[in-house]
Amino acid sequence: MDISLEVNGRTEKLDLGPGVTLLDALRERLDVTGPKKGCDRGQCGACTVHVGGRPVLSCLTLAATVREPVTTVDGLATDDELHPVQQAFVDQDALQCGFCTSGQIMSAVAAVEQDVDDVREFMSGNICRCSAYPNIVAAIEQAANEQARRADANV
Amino acid sequence: MRTFELTAPATVPDALAGPGTYLAGGTTLVDLMKLDVVTPQHVVDINALPLRGIDPSDGLRLGALERMSDVARHPGVYPVISRALLQSASQQLRNMASIGGNLLQRTRCTYFRDVTMPCNRRDPGSGCPARDGANRMHAVLGTSDACVATHASDLAVALVALDAQVTLASADGTRTVALADFYRLPGDTPQVENDLRPGELITEVVVPRLDWAANSTYVKVRDRQSYEFALCSAAVALDVQDGRIVDARVAVGGVATVPWRLTAVEDALRGAPVTQEAFEAAAAVAGDGAVPLSANGFKIPLLRRTVVRALRELTEGSRA
Ligand SMILES: Cc1cc2nc3c(=O)[nH]c(=O)nc-3n(C[C@H](O)[C@H](O)[C@H](O)COP(=O)(O)OP(=O)(O)OC[C@H]3O[C@@H](n4cnc5c(N)ncnc54)[C@H](O)[C@@H]3O)c2cc1C
Ligand code: FES
Ligand code: FES
Repeated sequence: MDISLEVNGRTEKLDLGPGVTLLDALRERLDVTGPKKGCDRGQCGACTVHVGGRPVLSCLTLAATVREPVTTVDGLATDDELHPVQQAFVDQDALQCGFCTSGQIMSAVAAVEQDVDDVREFMSGNICRCSAYPNIVAAIEQAANEQARRADANV
Repeated sequence: MRTFELTAPATVPDALAGPGTYLAGGTTLVDLMKLDVVTPQHVVDINALPLRGIDPSDGLRLGALERMSDVARHPGVYPVISRALLQSASQQLRNMASIGGNLLQRTRCTYFRDVTMPCNRRDPGSGCPARDGANRMHAVLGTSDACVATHASDLAVALVALDAQVTLASADGTRTVALADFYRLPGDTPQVENDLRPGELITEVVVPRLDWAANSTYVKVRDRQSYEFALCSAAVALDVQDGRIVDARVAVGGVATVPWRLTAVEDALRGAPVTQEAFEAAAAVAGDGAVPLSANGFKIPLLRRTVVRALRELTEGSRA
């Protein structure tokens, strides 16, 4: 079937089967390889992307059912600057092997945007087999503090 | 995944007109299609249907396609519902999963999810390996020789405690069923999980008004603190006046084949003082009729303690 997907600001036309997941459409068809395939069963969070600005699991989403714009980790940075959450992950050394990182960052962006009280609870759907959790939490706290400072400066 | 046809009707009559398996958030259906547990030929994406809305003006009405995350953070929602949702799955899954789909999610029994194993619920008559197999997560209440799988929804436990109803639409019209009657015990036909007729659509969930349910909570005990199904959970609402319990609602999850209302515990609480002793006395009957399997006997005392803990948390400050 013919579908149209808006990915990281670009409209893409695709011809694919109804059973193709958003994850496979991104990685195998559009070469957007930021989202990772960990479990392919909705259990690990490595495939997290934003649809309509909200984190979802692309491995349990059928591409043909997506009606809103998709943002992946590949679309966060501008030409010369990392997204503040990406920069915070670098600063805090919030990864080891990096396999879970793109999913962690997509959830972390939402955690900072929503200014969540309980970071660990909010991030529990992103599993890290290297157990980089303390540094991931530190990165989110750094990004949240920077966001609060920017908000103050704008008052 | 097997091939199938996908359509996306824009109106309820169009959705009801054709054959097919409804797709909402897909967090159960797509998962089970990948595992070959469910193999529909025609999938009907219902996300364009106008089944939205969260209306707390008289009790609570929830459109079947509202997402778990949006309902959880709505300020007009009873605490027991909001807390049950916030302790379900993960934030990504809650952004995807709908209220209607949540109530129709399938059991997490590992034998049900594995098509290389027998399972009476998936393949009637093939047998139940859980009876003598890995059954630590399985049910102690409402079980039968044919099936011991737990119902996995947290939301359903909260809704059964509050006497919620589901509105069901078909080509013949609409009907309303109490959620407690909607779910079927496994008996000899575990493949029949509920009262939904072929082609019927859940359009709405209706919770009758219960002002004292503002004093309600959901306690979920699990193997890790977050992102895990319940070993045991308790949904409790209490009407406390002058140090006495006037009325109570208690339902439990993680221990039964369907969301399990504990009316005997409610009866024992009515008129009781707000004390630890009264809570323990009432919870003593919580496990009546429970039948343990080889590895899940711990759930019977856990069930009593979970009810007591929910009662305690709800009465912090007002206990004698
Ligand atoms: C890793 C993981 C962890 C989870 N943890 C929890 C947890 O802790 N607690 C919990 O309660 N749940 C948990 N879940 C289950 C999750 O909440 C359900 O999968 C979800 O609520 C299903 O909703 P959905 O909209 O995605 O349904 P779908 O997958 O779209 O549909 C589920 C079923 O309902 C049918 N259906 C959907 N909507 C309708 C309708 N309106 N009318 C008629 N039929 C309909 C579909 O045909 C399908 O059979 C977890 C799931 C995963 C993958
Ligand atoms: S790959 Fe999607 S949750 Fe693991
Ligand atoms: S950094 Fe290796 S899995 Fe998270």
